[in-house]
Formats: sequence, C-alpha cells, structure tokens
Amino acid sequence: MTSSALALPRPAWRPAFVAERIPVVVVVAILIVLWYLAAILMNAPQVRDAFERNEVKYTLSDVITGTLSAERPLVPAPHQVVENLVETVFDYPPDSPRSLVYHSWVTLSATAVGFAIGALFGIVLAVLIVHMRTLEKSLLPWIICSQMVPVLALAPIFIVVLGAIGLQGLLPKSIISAYLCFFPIAIGMVKGFTSPDPLQIELMRTWSATPRQVLWKLRWPSAVPYLFASLKVAITISLVGAIVAELPTGGEAGIGARLLAGSYYGQTIQIWAALLASAILASGLLAFRAAR
Amino acid sequence: MDLGPSPQASINPNENAERKATAAGGACSLALTVDARGVSLTFHTRDGEVQALANVDLQISDGDFVSFIGPSGCGKTTLLRVIADLERPTKGTILVNGVTPEQARLRRQYGYIFQAPALYPWRTIERNVMLPLEIMGFDARERRERTERYLKLVNLSGFERKFPWQLSGGMQQRASIARALSFDPALLLMDEPFGALDEIVRDHLNEQLLRLWDQTGKTVVFVTHSIPEAVFLSSKIVVMSPRPGRIIDIIPCDFPRDRTLEIRETPEFLKIAQRVRAGLRSGHSYDE
Repeated sequence: MTSSALALPRPAWRPAFVAERIPVVVVVAILIVLWYLAAILMNAPQVRDAFERNEVKYTLSDVITGTLSAERPLVPAPHQVVENLVETVFDYPPDSPRSLVYHSWVTLSATAVGFAIGALFGIVLAVLIVHMRTLEKSLLPWIICSQMVPVLALAPIFIVVLGAIGLQGLLPKSIISAYLCFFPIAIGMVKGFTSPDPLQIELMRTWSATPRQVLWKLRWPSAVPYLFASLKVAITISLVGAIVAELPTGGEAGIGARLLAGSYYGQTIQIWAALLASAILASGLLAFRAAR
Repeated sequence: MDLGPSPQASINPNENAERKATAAGGACSLALTVDARGVSLTFHTRDGEVQALANVDLQISDGDFVSFIGPSGCGKTTLLRVIADLERPTKGTILVNGVTPEQARLRRQYGYIFQAPALYPWRTIERNVMLPLEIMGFDARERRERTERYLKLVNLSGFERKFPWQLSGGMQQRASIARALSFDPALLLMDEPFGALDEIVRDHLNEQLLRLWDQTGKTVVFVTHSIPEAVFLSSKIVVMSPRPGRIIDIIPCDFPRDRTLEIRETPEFLKIAQRVRAGLRSGHSYDE
C-alpha cells in the first residue's frame, strides 16, 4: 500500500478495508476494459463478414453489439463468460455432467490426492538427499531431468501404462499431478533441511545427538518456512497437473475434459468459463493454504 | 542410540580448593582432563596446506581454568575444537578424561559454548536450555528442574518464556551457558564466549563465570584474545602464536579461586599480564 507513504492523513470516512482494495479494483477494471476492447476488435471482422454475406446494411453500433453477443466468438466478452459460468454452476444439480461444480469437484479431488502424494514424496526425497551424500549426486540430476520432459507428452503415456495395470480414474491423474508438484517441495525442503547454520549443527554434534534427533529437533523446524513457501508453489502446480492429465483421458469429466470438449466443438465461451473456473479454484486453494 | 543421562563426574569443591595450589604448577600426578602430546593439524584448503597446529603438548588437570590466548589465526580455537572432537588431529595423540575425544564426546563429558549464542530461534529460552536434556533422554521432571536451576544460576529467571530475539546479546549468551551447564558436564569448553559483548557486560559475566567455576569445581578451557580477561579468569594461561599455531608459553596464574575484579589493580596481576604480553610479542617477532 504505497498510498500510506503520502504525508496527507487518510480521511476518516474512508475505512482501511476500502483503501486496501482500491489498487486491486483499479487493475481489475482496466483488465476488463482491455478485454472488451480485444473482444470487439478480434470479433469485428467475423461480424462484418456475416452482415455483408446477408447483404444487410449495418452501422458501427450494430457491429459492436454483434461482437459482444456472438454465439461462437473468437474472444468472448467478459459478461458472456460470467453468464456461462453462473449458468453452469447454478442451473444444474452438482452431480450433472453439465454442471461446472461437478467438473471442478472431479479435478479438485485429483488435485488434492496428487498434492498429498507429491508433498509426501518430495519431503521423503529431501530427507534422503540430505542424509546421503551419494543420493544427492545420483538423484538430483534425475529429479531435475524429470521436470524438463513436457508433462503434456508424458501424461498419455502414464495414463496408458497405468490403465494397463488396472489403475483408472482418479489415481492416474493424481500421479501426474504429484509428478509435477513434488519437485518444488523436494528442492525447497533440501534447501530448508540444510539451512541451519554450522554452529547449530555442531552443537548437536557436541551433544552426540543421533541423526534422527538432528532431523526432528533441528532440521525439520528450520525447514518449516521453506516447506510452506514450496507448498504454495506446489498446490497451484498440482492443479495444472490434474487438468493436463484430464486432456488425454478422452474428456469424460473434469475441467481439463471441459476444455477439450470446448475446443472440439468450438465452444469458446465454455473454454473461457472453464479457464476462469480453474483460476478461481487455484486462488481458492492458495487462500486456503494461506489461512491455515 | 540414546545413552540416557551421561555419567556424572563427582563434584567436590573442597577437594578442588586443595588441589588449586598444586594445579597451577602443572603437576602430572593429578588426574588429567586433557593430555595432548605432539598434536599437529593441517588443513587442506584450495590455496594449499595450512598448518593450524604444530606439535602441541598440553596437560590440563581436573579443576583447572585454562585460557588459550593469542592473535587470530594462532590455532587456539582449532585446539579447542580438537579437544571437542570437532576436528581430528593429523598427528599426535590427545586424551580427554583418559579416552579419545570422540569417546569423550559420545559420553557427553563436555559442554561447548561458541562465540555466538546459537540458540534455536523457534524455541523459548527455557526450551533451548532443555534441548540437550531432551536429546540425552532426561525425564520431563528432571528437565524442568535443571532448566529452572541453571537459568537461575545465570540470572535469567523470569525469562523462561521469552524467545531469543527478545533478549539482549549478553542475556542470550548467558542462556547458552545455562544450556551447556544443564547436563552438568565436568568440562566446559568456551570459545571466546564474551567476545561480542561490551566491556561492562563482559566484566559482569567474567565474575559470574569465576563464581561458577569456584562453586562447581568444573574444568574450564577458555579461548580469548583479551589479556586482562585471561589473567583475571585463569589458573593457567597458554600463550599461542600463529603460522604455524603453537604454544610458546604456559604461565601459572595463582590467584585465589574467589578472586574479585579488584585484583586487576595489584602488581602481581600486572606482572602476569606483562609476561603474557611479552610472550605474544615474541611470537609475533618470530613471524616477521
């Protein structure tokens, strides 16, 4: 809040709550205006073509209203996306495949399970790496390599292989999600476990503490701030992982499936609504983390 | 590998008081806490080899207060770390309480106090002092009792629930001393513990440390680069010189155990300080 740096006292009638949100509101307003401009400009040729094809006389305002209400626009206008979002969230029962709540729930459960697996795996990996020098040398390059392979290419392989051994539905998606999100946690925790300063470690040595005592009484507490930072990164990544994993499943359910179906049938509004839904989910997950 | 409470050395202040008279002479008939013979240590660094210790012979008797003094880089901290098994000598033998430094460490026979307090910031003062007790497997009641007792000893009663950052540097260092005392080791290794503190706090802590030494009969090995501090505290001063780190003089310092700050004005005090200074100077001229 840079405005507080000004010498002028803040007027009493403007509560801090409002003042803190003004920058956010301004940015959102600017984005929406830009979005509308983009929608008008991008959709205009399409609308104009339609008028000319039907040999109807048209004015500028006709074109503008046309661009903002097209059924399959290149760029849907914000109000169309919100309308679609509201409709798909509230107009269908949450267990209907037309409901966005249903799809969000499918993705969210895969995200949660994937995040849990990834976090656990990342932490265990970090503990092993910190305690065994050889592992650091032998494992770390592979861990880094694992993140260089595009997950979009790996996802179908995972799904097919896991499907062949009878794993279907939630678990393969969670595994792909975990595959993506363990990385920041492992790296963050290695950093965290090695963060105690040499004196603190040598103290443990003078008391001839066991490695396990050093882990629980020194390394773990020192790593907790790093853990929270990396969990924050990991939870959004695991959502992306879950959505990506839904793309090659053939699009049965989930936000990824919704995206795929939307692009199949040229339903741009549906794609954008699904995108908005995933953004809302990700912010919700982050806020949930932050509140804890 | 919980060893449980470490074997405690019997503490008998009277015995130590008698001993004091002869201890200063470095008589070998007494039980030796530290016995170093021909200890050398060479560090292999990127810039080549650095000889941190060269052929060090040193005997420290039970109940001694020995100060290592010398310019920085003379190996005084390294020698202390060798005693604590934080470094291994490359040559020579060293015994601590009659066993190797490693065995002494595993038996938890010494408390080490670093230049910085190195308290764990997520633990309160009380829980910091308890930490070694937790590690050594003392039961909860014993832990509480000892923590209370040693925090009182270093005048930190009432600060149990404070976090380290809420205390001044001197108080933090006192807490770290209480932590080292909590498991009652017979040997205290102190590496410039008061180096970062101002003169007034340092004097005060010096007096407290002397009283503690007098009352408990512990053996103290103390690294410093302050001549008055070394002379005031010690029963024996080891003057060291750099490149390579070696001992150039061992000075007995035979003031009564319950000495006060006033002795710093006496001629005897000044004479010893003079000898320390001369030793330090000779070590330097040898160098240049």
